[in-house]
Amino acid sequence: MDKNKQVILALVGVVVLYIILKALIMTGVLGPYWQIILNYALIYVIGGLGLSIIYGFTGQFSLGHAAFVGIGAYSAGLFAITFSHYGAWGSLGSLVVGIVCAGVVGYLIGVPILRLKSDYLGIATLGFNFIVYDGLQNSDKLFPAMGGAQGMTGVPQFQTFEWYFVAAVLVVILARNFVFSTHGRACTAIRENETAANVVGVSPARTKIMAFTIGCALAGLAGALYCHNYPYLNPDSFSFLESINYLIVVVLGGLGSLAGTVITAVGWAFLLELLRLVLGPFYAFRGVIYALILIVVIIVRSQGIFGGMEAPFLVPQIGRRKPRAIVGS
Amino acid sequence: MMLEVKNLDVFYGNIRALHGISFEVNKGEIVTLIGSNGAGKTTTLRSISALNRIHGGEIVFDGKPITNLEAHRIVRLGISHVPEGRKIIGNLTVLENLMMGAFIRSDKAGIQESLEDVFTRFPRLKERAKQLGGTLSGGEQQMLAIGRGLMAKPELLLLDEPSMGLSPILVEEIFDIISRINKLGTTILLVEQNAFMALQVAHRGYVLETGRIVLSGPSAKLRADDQVRAAYLGEIA
Repeated sequence: MDKNKQVILALVGVVVLYIILKALIMTGVLGPYWQIILNYALIYVIGGLGLSIIYGFTGQFSLGHAAFVGIGAYSAGLFAITFSHYGAWGSLGSLVVGIVCAGVVGYLIGVPILRLKSDYLGIATLGFNFIVYDGLQNSDKLFPAMGGAQGMTGVPQFQTFEWYFVAAVLVVILARNFVFSTHGRACTAIRENETAANVVGVSPARTKIMAFTIGCALAGLAGALYCHNYPYLNPDSFSFLESINYLIVVVLGGLGSLAGTVITAVGWAFLLELLRLVLGPFYAFRGVIYALILIVVIIVRSQGIFGGMEAPFLVPQIGRRKPRAIVGS
Repeated sequence: MMLEVKNLDVFYGNIRALHGISFEVNKGEIVTLIGSNGAGKTTTLRSISALNRIHGGEIVFDGKPITNLEAHRIVRLGISHVPEGRKIIGNLTVLENLMMGAFIRSDKAGIQESLEDVFTRFPRLKERAKQLGGTLSGGEQQMLAIGRGLMAKPELLLLDEPSMGLSPILVEEIFDIISRINKLGTTILLVEQNAFMALQVAHRGYVLETGRIVLSGPSAKLRADDQVRAAYLGEIA
């Protein structure tokens, strides 16, 4: 009973949030520029939750998340350009294409590299990010439409806020249901103690690959949405530095906290823009500020800002639990 | 014969942990492997449940060789391993830990039945069902580990040092529970340093010394053996 009430409250909350944001957009408080940033924040939420499943919940350290966002963006972009005469259907199809491409590549890459542990896995995923980045930089030599270092243009744009909002809400629900499913618990078990997971019948290899594939597919969705939000796709948007941004969102938010990832993703996206406004001509120094934020948070709260917390409506019936703070490896 | 281990060889690098040991466990028995630190007891259990690589020998369960299977397949055959040091998942609740134990099962009603069963056997776990596993005391964690092992509804339960780090009263309680689990039809292979307690609940025992079985027989016989008394029961021969 209690739980149902919470879920209903959460749904009401989502609708209220939508109305508020929509009102802000209609009244012009959030101008077209900030709308794009808002969409971008929601894209971050989706991609961030993908990495949260991979690293936060399953403990598989990935330094190449942006590569999968990039694969999603470029594949969806190409599809949308090719099928632009189908209008919204072409765009919707492109989202599916982005999810599938990133998911399949994630699976294929995951099978060989997920044998590696922590730091080594980080290096392998980092390497993969460089491969994808260089591939995109030189993509025009194979496919002129992809533009290479010049970037890809011509993807039909739809900055309709609803698309991003609905996608983000769906992904939050999906992530919640996954994390608290039997397979989600298997992921947590793998993160905490592989032997414990193994003796109850969990296959570490299969579970890691499953989590990695789901996480990469979500990165693909983030990328697919991204290509419709910005008229110009550039390999630099999917470089190693962008992977670090995703990592920051997940670690700063608190490993193993969905709400933490969501809030931090939105906060981070807006912070980047806010710094642009506040710092003005000193914008080049923004890196110093991110770094300071990171250092301070890790010293003061090594478990992340929301580590050890979870929004109550994101925790289903079985044994009400708050995640214990996890300090990353 | 339920479990048959033949000439098991295990190496850690250049160090030979097991020197071709052989033993068997019959259906309905409690069999114990006793021995001091480093004798190879844990290695033996880990070899059976495939957490270790085996370098020689054969393991047969219910007439089928299981030597080359992966750990997550072994559980599905009906062998449940309660590992040394409990290996509770600290970030999951007691209830979730128990449900993890039923990971290989899909019969909802049966799982619920097993859960009730574990709760009647360990009322303390029921009280703490919603608490995180990591917040339990050592004894409670051991109960949780055994309960999780039972949730798989095993035919053979492998218990690795269930008495480790527990107070004498709790040790009695745990062994009492082991005995009752066995009476209800689960075969048990028990690894223990506490030879005194182990030989009280077990039907038969094997004494391991630096990777070799040096003695075996019914518990009563081992309890009366001078060597065993001197080395493991703390008595002067």
